[in-house]
Amino acid sequence: MVFKKKSDQNAEVNSSGENAIANKEIEGLSQGQIVRRRFFRHRAAVFSLGVITFIVVFVFTALDFRFLGIWHVKGWWKWSPEDLPELRFGDCPNDTVGCPTISLLPKALGGNGIGLGDHPFGQDDIGRDFFSLVMKGTQRSLSVMVVIGFLGGTIGTVIGSISGYYRGKVDAVLMRFTDFIITIPAIIIGSVVGYHFGNLGAIFLAFYLGLFAWTGLSRLVRGEFLTLREREFVDAARVAGASNRRIIFKHILPNAVGVIIVSVTLLLSGSILLETALSYIGFGVVEPDVSLGLLINKYQDSFTTRPWLFWYPGLFIISIALSINFIGDGLRDAFDPRQRRRISKKERQESASARKLAQAND
Amino acid sequence: MLAFIMRRLGILSVILFGSSFILYNMAAISGDPLADLKLSTDPNRDFLVASLTRELQLDVPPPARYFLWLKGIFGIFIGKPDFGMSRDGSTVAHSLALAIPVTIRLVLAATIFAIVLGIAIGIVTALRQYSRFDYSMTFVSFLMFSLPIFWVAVLLKEYLAISFNNFLREPNVPIGWIIGLAIFSGVFWASVIGGSRKTFWTAFGAAAGIAATIVSVFSLSGWFLNPGLGPIIITGMSVGIAYGVTQLSVGLINKAALKASLTMAGLSLVAYYPAQWVFDKHPGSLSVFIMACVTITIAVFVGLSFSKIDRAPIVRTTIITAVLSAGLVVVDKFMQTWKPYMETDAINYRPVPTIGQRSDLLDSPDYWIKSLDIATHLFLPTVALTLISFAGYIRYSRGTLLEVLNQDYIRTARAKGLTERTVIMRHAFRNTMIPLTTIMVVDFAGVIGGALITESVFGWSGMGTLFRQGLLGYDLNLLMGVFFITASLSVIANLVADLLYSALDPRIRVGGGA
Repeated sequence: MVFKKKSDQNAEVNSSGENAIANKEIEGLSQGQIVRRRFFRHRAAVFSLGVITFIVVFVFTALDFRFLGIWHVKGWWKWSPEDLPELRFGDCPNDTVGCPTISLLPKALGGNGIGLGDHPFGQDDIGRDFFSLVMKGTQRSLSVMVVIGFLGGTIGTVIGSISGYYRGKVDAVLMRFTDFIITIPAIIIGSVVGYHFGNLGAIFLAFYLGLFAWTGLSRLVRGEFLTLREREFVDAARVAGASNRRIIFKHILPNAVGVIIVSVTLLLSGSILLETALSYIGFGVVEPDVSLGLLINKYQDSFTTRPWLFWYPGLFIISIALSINFIGDGLRDAFDPRQRRRISKKERQESASARKLAQAND
Repeated sequence: MLAFIMRRLGILSVILFGSSFILYNMAAISGDPLADLKLSTDPNRDFLVASLTRELQLDVPPPARYFLWLKGIFGIFIGKPDFGMSRDGSTVAHSLALAIPVTIRLVLAATIFAIVLGIAIGIVTALRQYSRFDYSMTFVSFLMFSLPIFWVAVLLKEYLAISFNNFLREPNVPIGWIIGLAIFSGVFWASVIGGSRKTFWTAFGAAAGIAATIVSVFSLSGWFLNPGLGPIIITGMSVGIAYGVTQLSVGLINKAALKASLTMAGLSLVAYYPAQWVFDKHPGSLSVFIMACVTITIAVFVGLSFSKIDRAPIVRTTIITAVLSAGLVVVDKFMQTWKPYMETDAINYRPVPTIGQRSDLLDSPDYWIKSLDIATHLFLPTVALTLISFAGYIRYSRGTLLEVLNQDYIRTARAKGLTERTVIMRHAFRNTMIPLTTIMVVDFAGVIGGALITESVFGWSGMGTLFRQGLLGYDLNLLMGVFFITASLSVIANLVADLLYSALDPRIRVGGGA
């Protein structure tokens, strides 16, 4: 742990009461440092950060990566979704075909040893490697999620901050515009575009969903700006002659960044669920493209016979969404100035004994 | 206040007008409703095209056709709204009238369960902040947040419905399950109750023992095939309810409230056999409703006759006890119907269906069997929707209650020496409910239109299905009808939420700005 030394010092300090412990701890640290320390203390969030990083690296390096035909990186996995390897017959339970070869039980415990095998997640009806399909689907879902989060986050922040800062007519117009966007179902825009331009692919889907995903965020940011603009430091900046732009970017936005980051994380975890749900009912990513929701939709009927076709895409959705939710929770705790850390029993005892010592010395 | 409502309604109708105009034109250019007819080889193809064109006024360009549609909608003000025709020749109003009750039935129970469970668990986690229970519930709620409903639905179908139906063929709970259930219930209740290590283990032992006994008795006596409560158990449970409700609502120290509630619990024993007679002789929703009214009236009288001062809380307590105990009698009636229901040919001992909103083959005229059929079809979607949506309520009520508990008025209440019950239930809980109420209103309006995926997974045909039909079949009037209902509902719900907020919280005044 990086912060070990500092907390050791804190334990030595004779402090009385919980506030004193909390205050001592953040002495001489910048806002960013405080937030970072609080975040890294949230064990679930740090663990989730590790999980999501692992998933992203794992998934995006698995398959071949091509960029406009000029940049081509070979993936580490031997199959691609286009390959048609031979369907595995025999040695599957209940006379099914194409069962997963992944094995997590070591040989010592009677398993087949830890290894991926030829088709770790099994094969689909025509023998395509399901592992590569899931990788492709996860790539799609992750990129859709990032685009929605980026677009929704940017638009929401811009509209929310303008409307909260300028108030009055600008605010009224922008908020009515927000209400207006809320009432329009995004699916319809998608189907219009789909009819006129054909299937434009997953990134376009993400693009138009992002154009409709910012409404909740903009309301939150607006509320934050409405309170922050009344604070003394904004008055001070204005008296000192700062322009509106400077006040927004240098004074208010850094203070609202906690709310923005937290709600963007929630937007991210919501959007991966939205994308998979839309693909599931046939309004999102469509074949021949692959998405996690699409995979689940395609193989839900084979759940009783070949459950692996159903489990793996779902597990990826859940682990991504769950990790992001925990990261969001950690960020919220880290950014919330009212949040006081739980004082452990040991610290409380130490502070109590220190107080007693101090009283005895008096 | 009136001016505020009028101004808000005015702005909202302008927004609705704008979005419906854009939506209409968007949807109109999203496809050609005649496309499949034009491709058909039917000899009277031209006639069909012409008649559909005439019926849907397709010869009018979309922007102008929008105003024809709007004219029909404005019929609301003269009590004759016209949503237009849908492509299959029926009126949209008719389809909506069929779909809305289905959707409400689908989401009502789930929303209520989610709210009650979510708030209860949220409050307990807030009171036991940073305990193991808090951490595990936080994990559970985040897990629920991250679950795709279509995925959960398939799992529920497999493990809850099909496995339970298989289990009913030979309803003996295996010993492993009994032990597992006992340990789970012991850990759950012990963590909820909390306290010192000794209390923890006492609670664990008691809860685990009770759970194990109940499950074994059920298993041995074939209860799962022929369930029922009977008057004795109902009375016992009613007494328990009376104590619990009184404790939460006014505290056991209030003897008048306790006596009134216990009287109502006793009356449930007296009323049990007359109620059975009414259920059998005059089945129907009307008689259930009348009996509910009679119960509440009696509860009011009992409450009033036992109380001298401070009548309102006592009457309230009595009413809650009475409604809950009467609910037990109805549940008991449903349980008695279970066996005849399972024996019908349509069910044939597989009572939990995985799809649909009622059994089409069921031809029993009996009111209770038909109601039970609806209930069993509601079971899986309700569980799925509850699981998905109650996580939000847990998080929200936990956060709000923690915020409230930090306020100065809570410290004041504690300093005055009020009991912990009074502080939590009267000072903290009520203030927690203010923001929650407004969320509930908006949420409920949202799920009416938003159960698209649930409906498609469980094969229900409600509003979501109509929306899908309209979108895929280029059925403009149908699509706009669904949009009109859901959009107006959400707009009205937002307005109601704002008004409720100001009514509940005197610090908030509407009408100033906005």
